[in-house]
Amino acid sequence: MWRYFAPAAAFLVLGALFAFALLRIGQGKLDVHEIQSPLIGRAAPAFALPSVTDPTQLVDSRALAGKMYVLNVWGTWCGGCREEHSALLAIARTGGVPLIGIDWKDERDLAVQYLAQLGNPYQQVGSDADGRTAINWGVYGAPETFLVSATGTVLAKHIGPITEAAWQEKFVPHLKAGGGR
Amino acid sequence: MSRWLVLVALALSSAGALAIDTEAAFPDPALQARYEHMIRELRCVQCQNQSIADSPVGLAADLRRQVKEMIAAGQTDADIKRYMTDRYGDFVLYDPPLRARTYVLWAAPALLVLITVGIAARVILCRSKAPIGPDPEEPA
Repeated sequence: MWRYFAPAAAFLVLGALFAFALLRIGQGKLDVHEIQSPLIGRAAPAFALPSVTDPTQLVDSRALAGKMYVLNVWGTWCGGCREEHSALLAIARTGGVPLIGIDWKDERDLAVQYLAQLGNPYQQVGSDADGRTAINWGVYGAPETFLVSATGTVLAKHIGPITEAAWQEKFVPHLKAGGGR
Repeated sequence: MSRWLVLVALALSSAGALAIDTEAAFPDPALQARYEHMIRELRCVQCQNQSIADSPVGLAADLRRQVKEMIAAGQTDADIKRYMTDRYGDFVLYDPPLRARTYVLWAAPALLVLITVGIAARVILCRSKAPIGPDPEEPA
């Protein structure tokens, strides 16, 4: 008897598995394109980039050491960055942690114009015109957002436009534990 | 017939030609071959179903530049792979390393063959023991 039901049972099990995965993708809990960053828990890569707002200045990771900061990789060419911009402005206002921007493979004029138009959430923005800093951070698509501890360890990463919910879930627990202020 | 042979020969030879770069990265054919091999081993993490040799996106170009510079600096293929996995994880390699997390992945083909052979053996044994004549289970 079992040989008649076994294929149907196998089909149902597979179907349930697929339905489970699809539902989680639909709810945004599972992103099949998301790559776990090997950087989490490791030292944040160093960088020194010319500032977008004042090219005579450097945005230097050594100068940022000693306090927690959020690193946001963006570009004026990036649609998801526009999408997350209001969330970034809100984080800058109330998050209690400085935002450092990395303008990835972009032109300075466009970046200055973009920030003037939409508002500037960043304490400092560096220009990574040749994309080398982004490679060191394992960035594969803007926007990406990292949290770096006071001792220079990468604590968290969010891929894609950041939202209030993602901020609360992935970043705020670290801020509370590590004293974001 | 010979026209077809020419076409096939052209198709085969083009596979080894420059992928997306407009000129060779190295004048030395040995280094160029290493470069071509490496960029086919690395996945474009942005587009995910192309190697960085095939992808037109900016990040793939940046990673090809990185591979080129590391080869020029005399680094080994292992150095380059480590550089990439340190930043992008094992996913960047088309050939995932054998480690605890990937045992299932590597064992899956052998397991599937074993299961298939097992089922086939059972079916063949059952059938060979069955009396010759019309299958009693099948409707006439």
